[in-house]
Formats: sequence, C-alpha cells, structure tokens
Amino acid sequence: MNSRALYLLPLLTLLIMAGFFGWSLMSGRDPASIGSVMVNRPAPPLNAPALRPGEPALTGDLLKTGKPVLLNFFASWCTPCLAEHPLMMRLREREGVTIIGIAWKNKPEEARAWLKKLGDPFAYAGTDFDGKLSLDWGLSGVPETYLIDANGVVRLHYHSPITERDLNETILPLLRAGK
Amino acid sequence: MRKRSLAALGMTVAALLIAMPALAVEPSEMLKDPALEARARTLSRELRCVVCQNQSIDDSAAEVAHGMRVAVRERLVAGDSDAAVMAYMVARYGDYVLLEPPFKARTLVLWLGTPLVLVVAGLLLFFAARRRPVVPAAPPPLSDAEKERLQSLLKR
Repeated sequence: MNSRALYLLPLLTLLIMAGFFGWSLMSGRDPASIGSVMVNRPAPPLNAPALRPGEPALTGDLLKTGKPVLLNFFASWCTPCLAEHPLMMRLREREGVTIIGIAWKNKPEEARAWLKKLGDPFAYAGTDFDGKLSLDWGLSGVPETYLIDANGVVRLHYHSPITERDLNETILPLLRAGK
Repeated sequence: MRKRSLAALGMTVAALLIAMPALAVEPSEMLKDPALEARARTLSRELRCVVCQNQSIDDSAAEVAHGMRVAVRERLVAGDSDAAVMAYMVARYGDYVLLEPPFKARTLVLWLGTPLVLVVAGLLLFFAARRRPVVPAAPPPLSDAEKERLQSLLKR
C-alpha cells in the first residue's frame, strides 16, 4: 500500500464512527431496550386473586374471549404509572378497550385506594403481591403493558409507560385490525 | 489516657465489623440447605438483573432481582438442574438475562471479532517484517565532493 494512503486511515475510521452514530440517532434505535421474548408467543398463565373484593379470581380464560385485550401491570407507588393512567382511562372510556390490571408488589388496599382516587380503567383487576405471576410474563418492573390478540398470543410488550404516540400509532391500529 | 485509646481501638474494630460488605441477598431468601444455597448463589452471579444494565441479581437490591433470586431457589428446591434454572430464566427474559452471552450465529461477531482482528493484525505485521531486510543496506560511498568537505570539516 502507498504510505500516503495510510494517512487516510484515521479519517476513514472517523467516517465509519460518524456514520454509525448518525444512523443510531436517526433510526430511533434504543440501546437501553432489552427486547422481549414474550412477543408472538402464547400468553403465559394469568392466575391471580382479584384486587376488588367480591370479584372472581383472574384466570387465563380472560385472554381467550375472541377479543384482543390489554394487560397492564401497575403499582400505587409507581410514578410513571401515574403518568400513563389518563391514557388507560381514555382507552377504556373512549375506545372501549378491555384492560386487565395487575397490581405488582403493591398492598391491595393501597392499589384500591389509588384506583378510587384516580379512576379505575380496568375491566378485570388482579393482584400479584409477591411478583410470582409477573415473572412468568418476563416483567422487569412497572408499568409494563402487553397486548394479547384474539387468539391469546402476545403481540406487544412495552417495558415503559405507554405514550400518546404508542397509543395512536401502534396499539389502536392493532386493536382495530383485531376486531 | 491508655484506657481511652484502647476504647477507641475497640470502637474502630467494632465499626469495621458492623460495616461488612452489604449483601443484596436477604436472609429471608436464603435456603436452609447450604449446598442448594451455594448453587443458588453461583447461578445468581451469572444472571443479569434486567433493570440494572450490568449487575447480577446476586448484587442487586432491585425488586425484580429479589423476585428472580426467590424463583431461582424455588426451581432448585423443585429439583431443577443448574441448566434448567438458566433455561427457565431465558424463557422469560431472553438471552439478555445471561451475563455471559451464549455462542450462536447472532453473537459470532461478538465472540470471534476480537480474535480475528488479532490474527489479521499479526499476519500483516509478520509479512511486513519479512519484506523489510533485517540489516539495512550499506549507504552508498561518499562522492569526491563529499570526501573533500569531510576532510575540510575534520581539519578545522
């Protein structure tokens, strides 16, 4: 190789790195995202005691009604849950979506008080005080939201509070397509 | 005075003993069987806490790490092998949960990239060294003009 050409190597390295960083910024790649192995797999078991007194315990049958449902894990101590709560209310009241809520590592009376104060978006509500149910769902914390299709297959798994954008661009189109 | 310094020494030792490295593993989680507990600790050091980027569940105080430690112990008590416990976690959290990435098609670059760079660089270096003669060629003899200049410099 011509020794002059060697001097271009640092520049080439810089160009490759700049290209990679530029692509990272533009493509919307999220390096903090850990992905989910749940997506496109049949839903894990959903056996949980009811959160609201007098209601029957939750079972996996709730995911096989022939209609898509949202499954939302929350806790009264969780601030991001508070942030996404209005969107959950909107989904239930304006869009008529069936949402199943599970209180994660949360005392049932505290979760109930939280729902009473803010409004209760859940058609069914369960409690997972020791976190055992959530482990089967690959849950890393709260809030997390899953979309389960009419056949009981997980289609979406959000590791973060859902946003207006998630709702309008991903969740609602999928729900409408599933109906 | 002497008594006082002894007391100070005692206090220091006591403080050091109390300040033993904090364990994330809570006493309530530990198994009674020491052999099983030792296996659980070994496995926990290889499992990533999924909300902590690069901390094992053995080191992490996160809620989810607590739940995972308990699950590891439950699987062991149920008679699972070490490999079965790891497979149980991978089925729920994916390969991300393993602190040592598995060797598969998707991770080939990760595992083989660095050795490959080393081998290629070594080969390049080897051939470059062979092409260059070890003893540098003798410089051409001085021309007459140079000899004269050298003489005049030495005479000065």
